[in-house]
Amino acid sequence: MDPILLLLATLDGIAYAALVFLVAVGLTLIFGVMRILNVAHGAFYAIGGYAAASLVLAISDADFSPWLSFPALLVAAAGVGAALGLVIERFLLRHIYAKEEVLQLLVTFAAFMILEDVQRLVWGVQPYSATDPVRLLGTVDVMGIPYNAYQIILLPVIAVMVLLGLRWFLRRTLSGKVITAVTEDRETAIAMGIDARKVFTVTFVIGAVLAALGGALASPTTAIQLGLGAEMIVLSFAVVATAGLGQVEGAALTALLIGLGRSFAVYLVPELDVLIPYMIMVLVLLFRPQGLFAVAEKRRI
Amino acid sequence: MNGLLKLSIAMALALYAEAAAADKPDTLTIGITGFLSGPASVFGEPAKAASEILLDDLNREGGIGGVPVTAVWVDEGAGGEHVLSEYRRLVQDVGVDAMFASISSGNCKKVAPLAEDLQVLNIMWDCGTQKIFEENSYRYVFRTQANATPEMLSTLLYLLKTKPEFESIAVVNQDYAWGRDSWHIFSTALKQLKPGVRVVAELFPKFGAPDFSTEISRLLALRPDVILSTAWGGDLDNFVRQSVQRGLTERSTFVLPLMESSLQRIGPDMPEGVIVGGRGDHYFLHPEFRQDPDFQAFIERYKAETGEYPIYPVFHIAQALSALKGAYEKAIAANDGAWPGKEQVVEAMEGLEFRGLGRTVHIREDHQGVEDQMIGVTRHDPAYDFAVMDHMMIFPGSAITTPAGMESTAWLKTLSDSILDLPVQTYRHAE
Amino acid sequence: MRLVRYLPAVLVLVVAVLPLAVPWLKIVLTVALAKGLAVLGVVVLLRAGQVSFGHAMFFAASAYSAAFLMQGFAGADLAVLLLAGMVCSGTMGAVIGLFVVRYRYIFFGMLNLAFSMVLYALLEKMFHITGGSDGMAVGRPTYLGLELARTSFETALFYTSLGLAGAACWFVHRFLRSPLGEALSAIRTNETRLEYLGISARWILLIAYVLSAVLAGLGGSIIAVNQGVVTPDLGYWIRSGEFVFIAILGGAGHVLGAFAGALVYELVRFYAAAMAADVWQMILGFVLLGIILFASRGIVGLYRDLAAIAPGPRGHREPLR
Repeated sequence: MDPILLLLATLDGIAYAALVFLVAVGLTLIFGVMRILNVAHGAFYAIGGYAAASLVLAISDADFSPWLSFPALLVAAAGVGAALGLVIERFLLRHIYAKEEVLQLLVTFAAFMILEDVQRLVWGVQPYSATDPVRLLGTVDVMGIPYNAYQIILLPVIAVMVLLGLRWFLRRTLSGKVITAVTEDRETAIAMGIDARKVFTVTFVIGAVLAALGGALASPTTAIQLGLGAEMIVLSFAVVATAGLGQVEGAALTALLIGLGRSFAVYLVPELDVLIPYMIMVLVLLFRPQGLFAVAEKRRI
Repeated sequence: MNGLLKLSIAMALALYAEAAAADKPDTLTIGITGFLSGPASVFGEPAKAASEILLDDLNREGGIGGVPVTAVWVDEGAGGEHVLSEYRRLVQDVGVDAMFASISSGNCKKVAPLAEDLQVLNIMWDCGTQKIFEENSYRYVFRTQANATPEMLSTLLYLLKTKPEFESIAVVNQDYAWGRDSWHIFSTALKQLKPGVRVVAELFPKFGAPDFSTEISRLLALRPDVILSTAWGGDLDNFVRQSVQRGLTERSTFVLPLMESSLQRIGPDMPEGVIVGGRGDHYFLHPEFRQDPDFQAFIERYKAETGEYPIYPVFHIAQALSALKGAYEKAIAANDGAWPGKEQVVEAMEGLEFRGLGRTVHIREDHQGVEDQMIGVTRHDPAYDFAVMDHMMIFPGSAITTPAGMESTAWLKTLSDSILDLPVQTYRHAE
Repeated sequence: MRLVRYLPAVLVLVVAVLPLAVPWLKIVLTVALAKGLAVLGVVVLLRAGQVSFGHAMFFAASAYSAAFLMQGFAGADLAVLLLAGMVCSGTMGAVIGLFVVRYRYIFFGMLNLAFSMVLYALLEKMFHITGGSDGMAVGRPTYLGLELARTSFETALFYTSLGLAGAACWFVHRFLRSPLGEALSAIRTNETRLEYLGISARWILLIAYVLSAVLAGLGGSIIAVNQGVVTPDLGYWIRSGEFVFIAILGGAGHVLGAFAGALVYELVRFYAAAMAADVWQMILGFVLLGIILFASRGIVGLYRDLAAIAPGPRGHREPLR
């Protein structure tokens, strides 16, 4: 493979990894704190995308400055993510924290099924897309190949900002430290007087907003359509499981690994591209069941 | 005395009809399978909306032979198991008079033998696989539109007629039977009609892939003269939008045989000069009918009710309905005006000629519809906020459809350059 | 209210007779029985407290084995297909089992999911062998050497499935009551103690895993011939989730619950999709929520409550077991 193609494949892989990371990091955060694998996460991603595309289209229909579409992506993601996260945490998850893991997972599965039809009822069957943000940022040439600045600059920058922001939040702020405490040892944290309920609500909302943000940031380059959530959720699962459940930085590295693996596959063995994430996942889990970056959990008695 | 004679003749006829045919029912019910959920609902929903308008129009004019027609829809998006069970229920329990199935070629393959066993008239109203009638013959199954072979061949002929100079080609198709089969047909014919064209990339990204960036980078580096994609729906939207954003459409000639169904969604972003088609002569500005009052009335009503202009599945469902109407009327005529039995309707389907919203379609002896194909290139007209078609060519279906009894690949290998001299009508977009 | 005690028997009888009266229901009920078999496989593992989110892979594997067999040997017999499916899924279960039985809980579930996604991606990607996402057609096999027309074949398949379901219930019931089965429950309650007794939890779980794979495979073969076509969707994660869903709906860990759940699920799904095409997923979602929030012991639990209210001789509280 000649060095130019190597570079191109790397750029494509990074752009792809940035989006995958944004979705996966919310999933891993929720799992780390609440021990719930949130299947509805895929629906949050799709709804975030739909909402963002609708808002951007509304802005362009109203002849406002197209630059408003950038804040619009964020506003849509924050609004939809927070609303969905709050409703689902309050009215569904809260009732099942005491129940078995399977039941918790199935509740989010039920929420996922319901939200699939909600998308259909609200946005209909037509794919949605709002390309203003990509057009505004234009392209940059790399070795004579035009790339969208949106994809190879903005998305990775946002992904890194989210990563650093989360690190700072979890390590340097009080609420973040409380969340970390619950992640590491829930029983002790509660015994020390931490209000786990509040922590759960906050975490779930943050996770939902991140998923919606992933969808919102995908909407300028991707048509948001029915069935998108189901695809995204398994891919995120693959990232999260490979990285180790609850690992924020690990999710970033794994997303990169999977993104690069996929883009190299498209250049070298296009027949294998969809297989790559799951092959990586199986291989890693076989040798390190707790994931690449997690320390093995001590057996609790 | 005269009256008595008439009466007795009428009674005799009625008795005769009784023996040959059935009682006239209160309503005719058809079951229609189509995607109402999942990505392919971009085809199912417009067809469903159109069927409601068309049936409303039909019933206001007295239905079929005086009998009103109603339709029951089945969601193909609920899965193959569901389609088969619902099909069964509609035929055996509800007692529908005909089935229209389906959009997915996979489902067409499943229901064709089922229709045969249940002895119910089945019109394949949208699916495109050419294999159904090439591999089997059926009594109860018909197709009221073309199949993949003429759709691909007309696209290739248009390309060869308008841009004969190209030397390399790449394909980006969805990874499922339609994507693979359509490329097989196209490339077989290409090898026959213009040998020596280099195929520089054959990419089959996953069905429903949200992101084509890597494929596009690779194509930008490869610089093929022509890029073919038979993708549709959100996949096609994504591929076209991302290609436009990255300037790929400026480097290569795009050939998109299903683009007609995505033009309105892509809107002003669509580049000019892209070769596009709509699986038949399906176009809301059909150059031969756009002045026709019935055609215009339908387009306007559809636009008023759905907010969109109709796309090809709308034309397909119109063809299926008008074929059904045609078959009943033909059978009624053959039956001296009496209501026909189910078998008589099935017999009437063979050799039927009918018109939906495009040109006349003819049902061949192998039950395949022979339909003309229209291909054009995109251009912008300020009257519309999306690209329209220009330099449209209509290819006669009879010359580009695999003859009955032959297999498509074998037939394509017999093609000679003379097919390029096929007489075609060319139309400009009328401002 | 002694009648309540006979309810399960009455229901079995209704299911057995219904297709004679309503022919099209046969297909739906056969699908329910096939899924019930796969759910039974999930139930076996649930006994050990383990949840597999990838069991659809065995379902799909044996369905494809039926398709390949029919392609290679036109006119193969149904019995051969079912046996081959069981061998295929059993072998696969043994190989994959060797890896997954080392893990517990979420890791067990995720590894199963990972394996199933690899199989799904392979089935979808190897177009020239598996037909890609359109799948493969499965011809109608002979039935014990007889060539049957569609209707009679479907009737035969339905009653065969019913018989197999009954046999599987009986077998799994015996298995769970055997020392092996008791050891399986011990994995859930206290694995360490089990190891102290000198019993290898991994071996126990492996045996259970192979059994559950075979059950899922049996269901897969039935689905394949019932539908006449197999597609990669048979192995998609949503279907694995569906099996777990049905296991919970029926009543977690209960043998007859697997089939009760599958019947209710299939009928709700069928009527929801037929009558409310726009919102059938939503309806299923609400059913699932309702079960988890208000009746987490599932249909079997509801029945037990009903039977407990009804006066009856003591010791007959658990007629379903």
